[in-house]
Amino acid sequence: MDNLIALLIAAPLLGAAVLLCGGRRLDKTGHWLGTLLAAVSFVIGLALFADMLGRSADDRAMHQHLFTWIPVEGFQADVAFQLDQLSMTFVLLISGVGTLIHVYSIGYMEHDERRRRFFGYLNLFVAAMLLLVLADNYLLLYFGWEGVGLASYLLIGFWQHKPSAATAAKKAFLVNRVGDIGLSIAIMLMFTTFGTFAFGPVLASAGETSEGKLTAIGLMLLLAACGKSAQVPLQSWLGDAMEGPTPVSALIHAATMVTAGVYLIVRSADIFNAAPDAQLVVTIVGAVTLLFGAIVGCAKDDIKKALAGSTMSQIGYMILAAGLGPIGYVFAIMHLVTHGFFKAGLFLGAGSVMHGMNDEVDMRKYGGLRKYMPVTFVTFGLGYLAIIGFPGLSGFFSKDKIIEAAFAKGGTEGWILGAVTLLGAAITAYYMTRVMLMTFFGEKRWQDDADGNPPHPHESPKSMVIPMVLLAVGSVAGGAVFEFTGFVEWLEPVTGYAHGHPPISAAAVTAATVAVMVIGVGLAYLQYGRRPVPVVAPRGSLLTRAARRDLLQDDFNHAVFVTGGTHLTRSLVYVDHSLVDGVVNGTAAGVGGLSGRLRKLQNGYVRSYAVSMFGGTAVLIAATLLMRAV
Amino acid sequence: MSALAAYATSTGEAFQFWVLGTVAVVGALCTILMRKAVHSALCLAGTMIVLAVFYLANGAYFLGIVQIVVYTGAIMMLFLFVVMLVGVTAADSLKETIKGQRWWAAACGLGFGVLLFAGIGNAALTEFAGLGAANAAHGGNVEGLAALIFTKYVFAFEITGALLITASVGAMLLTHRERTERARTQRELAEQRVRDGKHLPPLPAPGVYARHNAVDVPGLLPDGTPSELTVISTLRKRGQVRDVSGEALADLKALEQRSSERLGRDRDEEEANR
Amino acid sequence: MNPVNYLYLAALLFTIGAVGVLIRRNAIVVFMCVELMLNACNLAFVTFSRMHGNLDGQIIAFFTMVVAAAEVVVGLAIIVSVFRSRHSASVDDASLMKL
Repeated sequence: MDNLIALLIAAPLLGAAVLLCGGRRLDKTGHWLGTLLAAVSFVIGLALFADMLGRSADDRAMHQHLFTWIPVEGFQADVAFQLDQLSMTFVLLISGVGTLIHVYSIGYMEHDERRRRFFGYLNLFVAAMLLLVLADNYLLLYFGWEGVGLASYLLIGFWQHKPSAATAAKKAFLVNRVGDIGLSIAIMLMFTTFGTFAFGPVLASAGETSEGKLTAIGLMLLLAACGKSAQVPLQSWLGDAMEGPTPVSALIHAATMVTAGVYLIVRSADIFNAAPDAQLVVTIVGAVTLLFGAIVGCAKDDIKKALAGSTMSQIGYMILAAGLGPIGYVFAIMHLVTHGFFKAGLFLGAGSVMHGMNDEVDMRKYGGLRKYMPVTFVTFGLGYLAIIGFPGLSGFFSKDKIIEAAFAKGGTEGWILGAVTLLGAAITAYYMTRVMLMTFFGEKRWQDDADGNPPHPHESPKSMVIPMVLLAVGSVAGGAVFEFTGFVEWLEPVTGYAHGHPPISAAAVTAATVAVMVIGVGLAYLQYGRRPVPVVAPRGSLLTRAARRDLLQDDFNHAVFVTGGTHLTRSLVYVDHSLVDGVVNGTAAGVGGLSGRLRKLQNGYVRSYAVSMFGGTAVLIAATLLMRAV
Repeated sequence: MSALAAYATSTGEAFQFWVLGTVAVVGALCTILMRKAVHSALCLAGTMIVLAVFYLANGAYFLGIVQIVVYTGAIMMLFLFVVMLVGVTAADSLKETIKGQRWWAAACGLGFGVLLFAGIGNAALTEFAGLGAANAAHGGNVEGLAALIFTKYVFAFEITGALLITASVGAMLLTHRERTERARTQRELAEQRVRDGKHLPPLPAPGVYARHNAVDVPGLLPDGTPSELTVISTLRKRGQVRDVSGEALADLKALEQRSSERLGRDRDEEEANR
Repeated sequence: MNPVNYLYLAALLFTIGAVGVLIRRNAIVVFMCVELMLNACNLAFVTFSRMHGNLDGQIIAFFTMVVAAAEVVVGLAIIVSVFRSRHSASVDDASLMKL
């Protein structure tokens, strides 16, 4: 059974290879092949899951060693896989949601002539992400990490003819690179500290290493997570990544790739547990991003960018939970899975709306769509209820647990984190309600598109609707299923679980959460439900304008890094040009000038040569006299 | 002159040295600074005569006479002959063509001179023994020299003789111009002139229809035009041919003016007298 | 007066002759300056012979004179033949070997 682990990755990888190298003859059938192989991966995952359930809780980790990658003494770099409960969760999420997105893309990308390549890239992504979560050492994880980065770049910039898409892809890659530096430094530090990369030895000996080294490793891992998961300060690429097709946004930038950072932190739990300072920084980053993303999401009129801000904020929740230590790891993963369901569902719904509205993304030009796209409305609505934490739906269970865990941290830290998470919940409710109201309710504010065609909103084809429905089911039921089938006990052997010191009871936290949600919904209703929504965005307050510009992150990056980098480059060019080249050219010019002057000595006149001889004689006599005198 | 002292010379010799030494230096300076080569040669001759006197003063009697006879008399005259042969050329201008040559020459010369003076001053010179004993050893300066030449330095003497002969033969060879063809007769020369289209009739004899005795006034040809060929080429090259054609006209004009004045005065007197 | 002054005079004449070689362009005058230098050397030899009290210095001066005569003969012959072909006695004419 263990030998099947490699097949999980091999299937989509094969699909990617065939589709990308196969050529135009596969254009008619390529998408079916891609979807099939993704489904194969999911089925194998289910089989492995069933097998894992049959074992006892301590025996659930499966290993498979494929081959030795770098056979160097003292450098343990193998291609080997580890499938434990944590990886299993991710495998099911990735292959499951991935397959649904493949099905959705069949319909969504029907009119695109490069659809075969799209499916090739999607398969590549699934393979790389599975490699990331199945690796049993950090070096192989890095391989998968880079692979998903590559797939993200290819997919964001899929519509290559659009300069904005190409730029967004580059931006995503560059910002991710900054995070990748963190991961490579962490791996190097691990090697010098532990002498190996494999999870087993590293995590087992984490308890005995000095705290300073572990803090450094932990901070570097956090940097990597910030890059991949779009946390502050490396979050600027996520909004621009919405340039890619909607299935890409759903799969990569909602459900799976952006959660890789959370996976990294939870996998390295033992390292963080032994370095409390790093953990504190993790929680701070999570808390800041939580609010940052929420505020940005409130001001965006582009439906996809609003959902991107929401993703940023929800991942902030997960990172915050991961930073809380053993009291939060399980809930971070739980929220990750439920978020995967409802966020993917919300994105697919947005794609469906865009599909019907001539690819218009500005919510100010929507309005009253619930009558025209009922199924979309229902699935989107269920996702909406899940994300705001409506009692009973999945988001309620997972988010509520995170808020409880935040309070349970204890001390002032606990109060602050708890307050922040509650505030975040309020703002989440506000902006999601805003999206719902602007899109599906109110008057029709539809505008003709650039060619003068009025929009004809209609329900999407079956290939798009079925995945949305399935994801909506997951959004509704997921939380309850996790809660009542013992998700905590499922994950506990891997991550550990602690209760913490809750200052207030769980019921009080739940009540507060619900109250806060109602306040948020109410405020949004007052603002957008009662009053007509203007088609042209009003100027807005200072905070609104700043939030529209992503809270000035891009401007900051430009002013500090781009301008600074340009100045540095210019000064280096100056040094190279005038100093280095100057030395070389100056030497050449000097030699040339010297030779030019020396050449005048040979002017052909006997008398000049006589002067030289006479002078030379004088020098010789002087030398002789001096020698005598000395 | 017989008792040549050791370290200090007699006052007579001292006086002679300082006066004639100055003359020698002045002569040398004039040699290098004179514009005309002839003047340089003459100044050098003067310096050499002064040097001959110094040789005599130092007890080298034979050498002093030989200096005058051979060096000044033969060699410097040879120089003068060649200078006259070569004549006046552009090389005589004192304008310096090579940039910085004068400065460099002066600097090197100064440095060299200072070094020599320092070297001589530093030298550990023995006492001046004087030539009294040496000259008396074989009964005279000439005998003494002969004794040395034909015993100690006989090889050098022989070789120098050979050198002299070689030099004479060489000089002869260098300057000999042998006529390779038979000399052309007058008829052949005339035919050549016709072929080249050059001046056909023979050159005018000097002073033909000369109106002046002066060497720089050209004589007139049969048709009245002045012929520059009648003036020697040296003056022609220098551009010192005098043109006096205007003088007669000037005389005539003066005569006319005087006559008109006179006639004019006569008429006015007549008018006034009427 | 110390007879060493003759040596100083010889040195001075030699230097003047050397400077003359460098300054003048007429080949004949250059040659004359060379003769001046040789004469200065002869004076030095004669003074040394007086200093040592033997006639060897005079012998050398004698031979110098002979060789100088031979040299003048050949040198002037060369100058004359060069003048015949080039019609110029300038030392600066031979300036083809320049960069």
